[in-house]
Amino acid sequence: MRKGIRRGWDETHFGKMGSYYINRTFFFDVHPPLGKMLVGLAGYLSGYDGTFLFQKPGDKYEHHSYLGMRGFCAFLGALLIPFAYLTVLELSQSLPAALLTAALLTFDTGCLTLSQYILLDPILMFFIMAAMLSMVKYNSCANRPFSAPWWLWLSLTGVNLAGALGVKFVGLFIILQVGWNTLSDLWHLFGDLSLSMVTVGKHLTARVLCLIVLPLALYTATYAVHFMVLNKSGPGDGFFSSAFQARLSGNNLHNASIPEHLAYGSVITVKSARMAVGYLHSHGHLYPEGIGAHQQQVTTYLHKDYNNLWIIKKHNTNSDLLDPSLPVEFVRHGDIIRLEHKETSRNLHSHYHEAPLTRKHYQVTGYGINGTGDSNDFWRIEVVNRKFGNRIKVLRSRIRLIHLVTGCVLGSSGKVLPKWGWEQLEVTCTPYLKETLNSIWNVEDHINPKLPNISLDVLQPSFPEIMLEAHMVMIRGNSGLKPKDNEFTSKPWHWPINYQGLRFSGINDTDFRVYLLGNPVVWWLNLLSIALYLLSGSIFAVAVQRGARLPAEVEGLSQVLLQGGGQLLLGWMIHYFPFFLMGRILYFHHYFPAMLFSSMLTGLLWDTLLRLCAWSLASFSLAGHVHALGILSLLLGIAYSFYLFHPLAYGMVGPLAQDPRSPMAGLRWLESWDF
Amino acid sequence: MLGFLQRPVVVTADINLNVVALTAVGLLSRLWQLSYPRAVVFDEVYYGQYISFYMKRIFFLDGSGPPFGHMLLALGGYLGGFDGNFLWNRIGAEYSTNVPVWSLRLLPALAGALSVPMAYQIVWELGFSHCAAVGAALLILIENSLITQSRLMLLESVLIFFNLLAVLSYLKFSNSQKHRPFSPSWWFWLMLTGVACSCAVGTKYVGVFTYLLVLGVAAAHAWHLIGDQTLSNVRVLCHLLARAVALLVIPVLVYLLFFYVHLLLLCRSGPHDQIMSSAFQASLEGGLARITQGQPLEVAYGSQVTLKNVFGQPVPCWLHSHQSTYPMIYENGRGSSHQQQVTCYPFKDVNNWWIVKDPGRHELVVNNPPRPVRHGDIVQLVHGMTTRLLNTHDVAAPLSPHSQEVSCYIDYNVSMPAQNLWRLDIVNRESDTDVWKTILSEVRFVHVNTSAILKLSGAPLPDWGFRQLEVVGEKLSRGYHGSTVWNVEEHRYGRSQEQKERELELRSPAQMDASRNLSFMARFSELQWRMLTVRSDDSEHKYSSTPLDWVTLDTSIAYWLHPRTSAQIHLLGNIVIWASASLATLVYALLFVWYLLRRRRRVCDLPEGCWLRWALAGALCAGGWAVNYVPFFLMEKTLFLYHYLPALAFQILLLPVVLEHVSGRLCRSQLQRSFFGALVVAWFASACHVSNTLRPLTYGDRSLSPSELKALRWKDSWDILIRKY
Repeated sequence: MRKGIRRGWDETHFGKMGSYYINRTFFFDVHPPLGKMLVGLAGYLSGYDGTFLFQKPGDKYEHHSYLGMRGFCAFLGALLIPFAYLTVLELSQSLPAALLTAALLTFDTGCLTLSQYILLDPILMFFIMAAMLSMVKYNSCANRPFSAPWWLWLSLTGVNLAGALGVKFVGLFIILQVGWNTLSDLWHLFGDLSLSMVTVGKHLTARVLCLIVLPLALYTATYAVHFMVLNKSGPGDGFFSSAFQARLSGNNLHNASIPEHLAYGSVITVKSARMAVGYLHSHGHLYPEGIGAHQQQVTTYLHKDYNNLWIIKKHNTNSDLLDPSLPVEFVRHGDIIRLEHKETSRNLHSHYHEAPLTRKHYQVTGYGINGTGDSNDFWRIEVVNRKFGNRIKVLRSRIRLIHLVTGCVLGSSGKVLPKWGWEQLEVTCTPYLKETLNSIWNVEDHINPKLPNISLDVLQPSFPEIMLEAHMVMIRGNSGLKPKDNEFTSKPWHWPINYQGLRFSGINDTDFRVYLLGNPVVWWLNLLSIALYLLSGSIFAVAVQRGARLPAEVEGLSQVLLQGGGQLLLGWMIHYFPFFLMGRILYFHHYFPAMLFSSMLTGLLWDTLLRLCAWSLASFSLAGHVHALGILSLLLGIAYSFYLFHPLAYGMVGPLAQDPRSPMAGLRWLESWDF
Repeated sequence: MLGFLQRPVVVTADINLNVVALTAVGLLSRLWQLSYPRAVVFDEVYYGQYISFYMKRIFFLDGSGPPFGHMLLALGGYLGGFDGNFLWNRIGAEYSTNVPVWSLRLLPALAGALSVPMAYQIVWELGFSHCAAVGAALLILIENSLITQSRLMLLESVLIFFNLLAVLSYLKFSNSQKHRPFSPSWWFWLMLTGVACSCAVGTKYVGVFTYLLVLGVAAAHAWHLIGDQTLSNVRVLCHLLARAVALLVIPVLVYLLFFYVHLLLLCRSGPHDQIMSSAFQASLEGGLARITQGQPLEVAYGSQVTLKNVFGQPVPCWLHSHQSTYPMIYENGRGSSHQQQVTCYPFKDVNNWWIVKDPGRHELVVNNPPRPVRHGDIVQLVHGMTTRLLNTHDVAAPLSPHSQEVSCYIDYNVSMPAQNLWRLDIVNRESDTDVWKTILSEVRFVHVNTSAILKLSGAPLPDWGFRQLEVVGEKLSRGYHGSTVWNVEEHRYGRSQEQKERELELRSPAQMDASRNLSFMARFSELQWRMLTVRSDDSEHKYSSTPLDWVTLDTSIAYWLHPRTSAQIHLLGNIVIWASASLATLVYALLFVWYLLRRRRRVCDLPEGCWLRWALAGALCAGGWAVNYVPFFLMEKTLFLYHYLPALAFQILLLPVVLEHVSGRLCRSQLQRSFFGALVVAWFASACHVSNTLRPLTYGDRSLSPSELKALRWKDSWDILIRKY
């Protein structure tokens, strides 16, 4: 099953993070840590040493033992099928429906491809399906409340919810579904007058414990483990605040010993107080023509870099303040200063030109040659909530820089600059003096050989603070993943119609290619089933509302359709529609959780419809076979389509499909498929 | 038949003097000194320019909302005889004498005034007392922010008017449902609901939320109707069909009607032409139509064409080439083919002309009869001025190294053969043998050798490329994207054999005859799409605020300041009303949940009828507040305090409903009731007092002294302007 010796696509990403865990270096990612931790654990147990570099897709693994990590993901991916089988069996009490569902998922090339690689999706889908299964199980225990299986399934639901949320934030959707189910469940119990208020209270408490407290505790625990394991400084440091970084060994703020008070001539880095904005930065590139003045760019940048270093100078002299003969002069609250960029020797400058993105603010540039500029380079340094004349503390003082000539305040708008600005964040000078975090900074690094280093036990942040900060940074990271102009992006409406796949590895006809695309027969059948379901469901619902009396058998089937099917349809909707509202960049594989629900719905629907068919034809002699034949032909059709499309998942070589010589030649049913 | 001969003709007039009186005070409050100040106030500067466009019948594109609201404002201008000649460029600019300020502001003011009696009627139709109904109307009347907003050329009051009208007519409809279904008045109110909904949507997109709310309530009622087994199946079907027609079909038709009138009115080309497709531009008088009028329709071998990129981002531009070549070595050290540059150029230029050539022949003229080019044909594109052929090859493009460079081929004899064959792919073809048509066909050029697609990358080239936009051959093209699609804009059949002649021909303007027009639906869908996708400058504004600031009135907007004195118009709410309305919503929600839970346990505190009234009032008023407020949290555009006003109007309606409920149901004894009544009177008096105190800022008619202004600054976040003398 795992022939691919090259890494595909996102494996570069998550495999690398597995390595980070094994090496215990701190990193930053937009997803919560559980999934990557599990990958790391699997790798650790299977003897992977975390030394593979994971640099670009298509590198060979060579001697590194990656099979453990892949095997783990594939194992979880394979478990989806029995889970779906059990869920549908529980909802419909019908073996053929469950078998049909299992077949749909087994023979879907998309699910297969997705679970073969080191990705978060198989782990996420595993938790989603497990949560769904345990929810359904505990629903069917409802007649035996507070029995052992009831408790088991209820708490398993909670555990799996924590798992789903801990892998990716889209785990929130299954929480919504379980929440909805629980609310309607409680509503029924509450309306049941045979239960006393005490019993209802017990039910409520049990659910709060198992579905809110337990998942929260587990979710928090994953973070605790995450921060405990990753205790070495690594590539993700700059995303976090100075206080946070002090926890990481190897970071220069760890057991920091730096001069305590800011003095003239010091080399410093300046960090925005707003989370996930980064350091004040400049580099040897100019603002493009037509965007403000054609001067050097000033941005904020999340990574540590030499270009983040600034020298703090007096506004009126340019002498070398580090000359040992001169006395040390401290910077005080309210002083007029000049900030010189160390690498390019240009001064932090602002003027009456509009900023590149936030048009109402002024542009901030680097100006002057070798530190000689003009009066627009002067800034007044102020400490928030402090009196005049006080010294300024490194790390702890929250400072504002006020431009002397225009009276505006240095701030970061948090907006991402276009390509010319290397996608760093915009720095502006805002004329609105409202005090926001955008315009507050603190000094982080501080180098001044003339001053004694003092060991600073920087305020160690408490665990809730760390959690909050990590989440803020992740949310910002997620919303920062915006599609760029002129880029072909996947749109949510593409997904159910299987409009376009995703190349996992290999592009040219000589490569070994894997292409993530759903089995079109399965997917289009799913699409058709949703429409059919809406139709038949509303017919039944209206019939019930009109008070039509249905025969007992049909009554049972309509119950399965409306209740079981309703849950699955809700699952599909909850896992699909929110993507239409998301501004971030979307990929085809985001649809797969929804696809699981849609496949279960298909299995349940066709079984029910065929049974109804058989029932209405009961007068004919062959009626009994209609159901069996229908299910069988569906199964065979799906299996055959898998035979046709299996090279997508297991890998193909040879010419591309538009070439008639290709083995996939006749299978490019949509022009947009590019395998 | 002749009944009127036997019985006298009797007209029974049933006039509710409450409504008359409320209308009168509403008109008084909104129309008093309407043409003061005679200067551009706040967003009038924005809407005014569109009024001018309507007056001059020049096409424009505004992404902020559908055209109905703009058209209503323009109607005021039309009635006042406005000629559109005013430069709307600065807030505070004095209006010239040709601007009929009074009639321009009349329609929003009328809408605001009529909201007062409508509030009365809504609460009355909801089944509450006259006292509560009058209370609701008076609260709407004295709410300062609503007065300010409706006395200017702004659209919020119009939106609120249609929102309330939709709710009111739905209530009238559902009340007549019980007694006289399918009577004329039943039909009238049902239809009016649909029309009012589409007017609300047509004024501002946010009107759609009220529409959805009304639809939701109607759906819930219809669901009960289905369950009503005393009605026959046919009758239920009739009911459902009538609702579907009135609430789904009619709004769509009316919405289309707005656009129809809009496009009918705006028939001349104007400053926003460039954003629209060539075909759309050609349908306007002047502008592109003047150039393209009479062009031959079918592109043939030998045709001279300009090719416009369909996507047109960052700017609309045409495929272009010129004598200069790509630099041998780029700044970053990569090499190029050093062949002639091909770019996309945002201005009309003689270098935008290309000649479609048959690879098998040499001549560059159109045969007689012309041989049209079809989908799938292989063509070469010859640059008109330099006669070089459009070419791409496996060399990295200057700014997008993953794509191929596109050039006009120069044979340097360096074993880099010409690869200048392109397959024509008509994207919007109807059949595979479609002919390439001027303006109408959207085509892609697929390179024969490498299957790369000619694409505008949108990146501006450095100085060597004169800052024109980069054009590349995209190898990894996935699906449809506008940047790979081009259309012929200017077109003529080439006649000149010689290059010198041809250059002259290229420089002469194209002329020929034949006219073609886009259908209304095509124009509508394009215009609507562009309106929804046009990018507005979402820059921070001095007075912008966040939805959280609105409930607590932590923000304000300075609308206008008298050029000399301190008289000013400031958008400020009546803080007593805002606070108590929010409180009422909270009380409503708590009581509702409490009743709901108790009902579930079969404890009925309220009789069934009373409960239904209570629930419906909540669904429409609290629901109206929620749907008009909550979505703003998800919006990424710049938000202002006035966006909250539609939600506020609904919230105010809920206030007397809750008060009446508390006094009627929760006050057990007569004493409690009297006490509560006295409290309500005191509260109302304080609301009136606040309203009167803020009046100078609402009407801007009286100049206050700095100390008075400072005294009015009840919150630090209110930026009341204080002149320094």
